[in-house]
Amino acid sequence: MTPALPVTVIGGYLGAGKTTLVNHLLRTSGLRLAVLVNEFGALPIDSDLIEAEGDALVSIAGGCVCCEYGDDLVGAVMQVMALEPKPDHILLESSGVAIPGSILASLLFVDGLRGDGVVVVADAAEIMNTAGNRYLADTIERQLADADILVLNKADLVDEAALDSVRNWLGAQVPGTRILPAVQGQVPHDALLGSVPLPRRGHRISGHAAGLFSSVVLHPSGPVDPVALATSLAEGGHGLVRAKGYVANEAGGQTLIQVVGARWTVEPAEPGHQTGVVCIGLKSGFDPGRLDGLGLVEAV
Amino acid sequence: MPTKIYAAKKIITMSHTRPEATHVAVRDGKILGAGTLEELERWGDYTLDETFADKVLMPGFVEGHAHSSAGSVWDGAYLGWFDRVDPDGKKWVGLKTIDGVVQRLKEAAAAKPDEPIVIGWGLDPIYMDNVRVTRDDLDQACSDRPIVIMHASGHIMNMNTFALEKAGLLKPGLNHPGIPLGGDGLPMGELKSPEIMGPAGAKVGFDRGKAIEGSSAGLISYARLCVRAGVTTATDLARALTEESVAQALRITGAPDFPLCLVPFRIMMGLSPEDLVNFVAGIKAKSTERCDLGRIKVVADGSIQGFTARLLWPGYQNGAPNGQWYVAPEQMAEIYERALAAGVMVHTHTNGNEATQLAIETLEAALKKVPSPDNRFTLQHCQLATPAQFRRMARLGMCVNLFANHHYYWGDEHYKYTVGPERAERMNACRTALDSGVPMTIHSDAPVTPLGPLFTAWAAVTRRTASGRVQGAGEKITVAEALEAITLGAAFTLGMDHLIGSIEAGKRADFAVLEDDPFAVDPEKLKDVAVWGTVQGGRVFAAADI
Repeated sequence: MTPALPVTVIGGYLGAGKTTLVNHLLRTSGLRLAVLVNEFGALPIDSDLIEAEGDALVSIAGGCVCCEYGDDLVGAVMQVMALEPKPDHILLESSGVAIPGSILASLLFVDGLRGDGVVVVADAAEIMNTAGNRYLADTIERQLADADILVLNKADLVDEAALDSVRNWLGAQVPGTRILPAVQGQVPHDALLGSVPLPRRGHRISGHAAGLFSSVVLHPSGPVDPVALATSLAEGGHGLVRAKGYVANEAGGQTLIQVVGARWTVEPAEPGHQTGVVCIGLKSGFDPGRLDGLGLVEAV
Repeated sequence: MPTKIYAAKKIITMSHTRPEATHVAVRDGKILGAGTLEELERWGDYTLDETFADKVLMPGFVEGHAHSSAGSVWDGAYLGWFDRVDPDGKKWVGLKTIDGVVQRLKEAAAAKPDEPIVIGWGLDPIYMDNVRVTRDDLDQACSDRPIVIMHASGHIMNMNTFALEKAGLLKPGLNHPGIPLGGDGLPMGELKSPEIMGPAGAKVGFDRGKAIEGSSAGLISYARLCVRAGVTTATDLARALTEESVAQALRITGAPDFPLCLVPFRIMMGLSPEDLVNFVAGIKAKSTERCDLGRIKVVADGSIQGFTARLLWPGYQNGAPNGQWYVAPEQMAEIYERALAAGVMVHTHTNGNEATQLAIETLEAALKKVPSPDNRFTLQHCQLATPAQFRRMARLGMCVNLFANHHYYWGDEHYKYTVGPERAERMNACRTALDSGVPMTIHSDAPVTPLGPLFTAWAAVTRRTASGRVQGAGEKITVAEALEAITLGAAFTLGMDHLIGSIEAGKRADFAVLEDDPFAVDPEKLKDVAVWGTVQGGRVFAAADI
């Protein structure tokens, strides 16, 4: 069985830094990404990354591609799913007024896709103003509410007090949503995408810029109910941003668990994987000790 | 070129200096003059044409908001409640029961056994006491091929079991407001909201985008519908025009017997504001007499009955959350500014009054940067505009195209369900628009409602809804005002009033040929005035032969 192709919707209002974030992920993730954009205006890919521009598809360094979806999202998704070799992950950059959760919902009909999560980018300097705009207030509210992970971008453009105040404000708007401050979209890619390295002995999890993040591997003590574990990781207040890994299930097989913010999925897996769940969180909000009740916590 | 003088029972010119005439002289596809035969003889040699001796001529009607897909939808089976005439002139009787719908689908499926999919359109169960059409119903018509039906509103899709299965939706446990379930826990056959209808349609081979956009081949059937309705100039509002589709439209409209001047608008989607305005400014020069290019359509919000229109307080009567923006305010501002600077006209779809407010404020700001007193930026539909909004539009040089047909077809629904009596009565406020000094036209939005400017005029004159009630008598306009709206009024909003819209010396010889005098009939019968055909650019098109 081919594993489902993960899709991450990147939403947020105009100018928040969605495109910057996409380019950062193209440069750092090491994944073959297929980037779908609502419309080609000025091409939303840094020019040094572009290898060739076709009619419908732009080739990007590292085997990545970009294409426009306009009003035919499903058609564009089918097109990138047919690529050989297949992309590792689809990034769907929505338009500035779109409601990202609706976009993700529309993809759930496409067989072979897995909604990985909704990442909403907010401009630290502007988000409160935009949310106060009488034309946009409810749109911003809905966008924020759809976020599994909020990237609070342009954190360098405001002073510490202002950053605190926007964080507090966001915390009140969408309690429980993971908020990652960032400068120029530079969020560690494994905090956002399905590239959480699966646990291997001696493997080092890298890329945690500025030491903001910490990672551990959780080893449940025996077979678990994967749904219960995934729910606990996603909703248990541990402060996790992402988690991914294989666990032994009560039926004697293995299950792949993936958590993005408060969203989780479980899928049956072929046996034989090294078990353990990599958990990543912001140091400021993630206390690995709190995972103790779920199994053995191994530092990495 | 020879001169032809047409004699008519009466010629209604829509010119204030000479409202009526008995003869009109035509040379080179243009009007030499309208008057008496004696006056027109001064132009020299002529032939007198008596074809219209017992007909009434008006300026060719101008449809300011319709879609060429009004032609191509007829590739599918018509399932609507009201009688409707197809491009061949065949009248399809409106269907009043589910059994009737099933029967027509069965016939459609049998008529095209090789088509991989059976398509229906125009279904509107609100007239059947909101009965729900189920997949079981549709399975009776055809169970071995997918059936896909678009409702008249465009906001609901129906599928049979075969199609739902193919779409991967025939499974328990679906939890989405756009997928209503039946008693058995499986989808009952209706699908709602674009994010469900689009992908589900795509999976069974139904391209909803294309169905809305129409096809180039459909331009011909669209033009035939226009001849039957007395329309000589019609918008195609709007299409995702490309160099290729523009070339195709120019080729099709360039045929010597193409009976229409088409006015295609470029939809805003798919291009950055800069590229959009440059593209549209660039194709303007390719305009011909029968394909007038160089305009943009912006879509600001959704629809009122779909609860996607953006409303000012107090919003929807049932407490539904406010609708959805289809453009960000900054994008609208950039399009307006660039378009004003490039001399490109923009028409903006606004249904809710909050969308109207945004368009007004955005244009006001843009006009301060790029002063353009005669901009004619037009709000399309603009159904819920307030009196204050109309006054402000007038001062900014804006125009409006109100959806008079919608008031007839869905006015009762708005009264009961969406916005309630007071706001339903002031929807499509033609009287207020004219009294405020906003240049105004009215439209069908075909294929959403049937193309037929005389019907549209009737709807604005009588303010009747489908149930027969007069709703919002204070917004009635006179027959003369309504006839001006469907001729000169529409021409003005398109920036074409120097070319078309009245029968006056120098204008294009575009006539609607009518069997009766619309001023002489009871206003309640205005919609029943029969159309013989048209004259477009001096070429005669009889509906009976088209």
